[in-house]
Amino acid sequence: MATTSEVRGERVQARSPRRSSLKTHQTRTAYTFLLVPLLFFLVVRFLPTLMALRLSLFDWNILKEVQPYVGLDNYRTLVGDERFGQALRNTALYTLIGVPLQIVLGLAVALMLGRVRALRGLYRALYFAPYVTPIVAAAWVWQWLFSPQFGPVNTFLTWLHVPPQPFLTSPNQALATTAGLVVWQNLGFQIVLFLAGLAAIPRSYYEAAEIDGASPWQSFRSITLPLLNPTLVFSVVTGTISYLQLFTQVVNLNFTDQGGPLGSTMTVALYIYQIAFGRYQMGYASAITVVLFVLILAITLLQLRFLTRRYEA
Amino acid sequence: MTVTAPAPPTPSPRRRLDVRTALAYLVLTVGVVVTLFPFVWMLLTSLKSFQELFNLTILPAEPTLGNYGQVLTQTRFLQWFANSLLVAGVTTASVLFFDSLVGYTLAKFDFPGKNLIFILILSTLMIPTEMLVIPWFVGVSDLQLTRSVPGAYLAIMFPGLMSAFGVFLMRQFFESLPTDLLEAARIDGMSEFGIFWHIALPLVRPALASLAIFTFLGNWNAFLWPLIVIQQPQFRTLPVGTALFNGEAGTQWGLIMAASSLAVIPVLLVFAFFQRQIIEGIVLTGMKG
Repeated sequence: MATTSEVRGERVQARSPRRSSLKTHQTRTAYTFLLVPLLFFLVVRFLPTLMALRLSLFDWNILKEVQPYVGLDNYRTLVGDERFGQALRNTALYTLIGVPLQIVLGLAVALMLGRVRALRGLYRALYFAPYVTPIVAAAWVWQWLFSPQFGPVNTFLTWLHVPPQPFLTSPNQALATTAGLVVWQNLGFQIVLFLAGLAAIPRSYYEAAEIDGASPWQSFRSITLPLLNPTLVFSVVTGTISYLQLFTQVVNLNFTDQGGPLGSTMTVALYIYQIAFGRYQMGYASAITVVLFVLILAITLLQLRFLTRRYEA
Repeated sequence: MTVTAPAPPTPSPRRRLDVRTALAYLVLTVGVVVTLFPFVWMLLTSLKSFQELFNLTILPAEPTLGNYGQVLTQTRFLQWFANSLLVAGVTTASVLFFDSLVGYTLAKFDFPGKNLIFILILSTLMIPTEMLVIPWFVGVSDLQLTRSVPGAYLAIMFPGLMSAFGVFLMRQFFESLPTDLLEAARIDGMSEFGIFWHIALPLVRPALASLAIFTFLGNWNAFLWPLIVIQQPQFRTLPVGTALFNGEAGTQWGLIMAASSLAVIPVLLVFAFFQRQIIEGIVLTGMKG
């Protein structure tokens, strides 16, 4: 809302003839430059969003001749759909495990990297490597590493006298193992993000705190955390959005698209894929995407509101 | 802009600091070993012969390149690689051009609707891909795009031709350009597009480099949409090809590890070369985001 009044304010100022002709020229050039991109965003992003909303009101099956209008029936079916409920719970679990874990680990490594001087660039690069690795390849290696019979992780556990674990083959452990892959892949990105955020905090704040006799923990709590807040908000918001859409890792850690043992790793995104492209029920799948969209929107807005208010007060 | 270290919270007496630094090195090294273990395992397994595959030794007793030979000659690996290169190359070129044009316009021109357009473009970041793929699929099927050669590639790449993230990144960079410079070119009678192309664009080269790398990586690794839209095996990109390879190869782990290594190594090499730009890209988006 602030933005429209800004635009209006500028318009009022530009009343003199010279400025207004300059303004017309600028406006014309700007819209010429923006023509193709605006068309792209309209046709490839906004229209499909509206189309998904519309599809969700139809029993749209690409294999059938008629696509009857069913109103809110798809949404009603969704309420009683236990597989959807499971996918939703799993997705929430992934987010609740993954986002805090990658932020805490990322911050810890970034703080330690801030302490060391030699080899810092090398460490940073090595931690970053998984982030640029194709997910399919990473998922395969992960499957092998955590294989119950011949995986190196279980070999290692045996050395430590811990009994071998079923990992991806167990309904109780598959989700956590999958989340492990995602955290492993995202960690490098988090570290670099936090290094940048930490570098932006003026050194003098820490010196002042030290003169006042603050402990390292106190300066971390009252200087580092609040001043790192924009970076933390960015991490939480973008991390949550990506976890809510978790798909590639989950598909590729299982040989099927059924979502792990007893659906234990199934996510909302995978469920959408299964319904839309396994069963071709585009209408029902669209209803799920609309729910996912609303969830992402609501959670993002809540996080932005809650997180930015808390520290800036 | 380089990432410099944050100051240690409190400069402690020298000896205590050394202990802490040593501890930091130790923990960091353990972390790196754990992080890199999957890569090492993948490479070493890819060098093992079929007989050795399930031995639990880490090093192959008789390293062989046989798995690589098989992947390169008996699968469509090279074709997938070429497809990915084409798709990622074209989308990157398109994103670089259009996103910088939009970013420049939003940063340097004054016109009604400017902020609204920026917010609308940014808001597309919250639309889940899953929501878009169904209408895209319906549209592409209606147009019968995926059977012919240009059509199939166009179908794979069209969603990535522009990105809201890139618009955001480029706008940030162009905003820091001095307006006087552009104004001087304007007085000299240069065309508006000429000013953008010859004056503004060369000045934001670092941003273009990081955007190029991110876009290339994103499209090189894209999975969901290519998996859905590609109907015929010859159009498969590397991630889709390798993912479906599993079923076609039976579970031949040696081959799978060789294929994974071949998919990872070029990316890691590119990363090694452009590390600085990649990291600067994150720095610039993360800090202002």
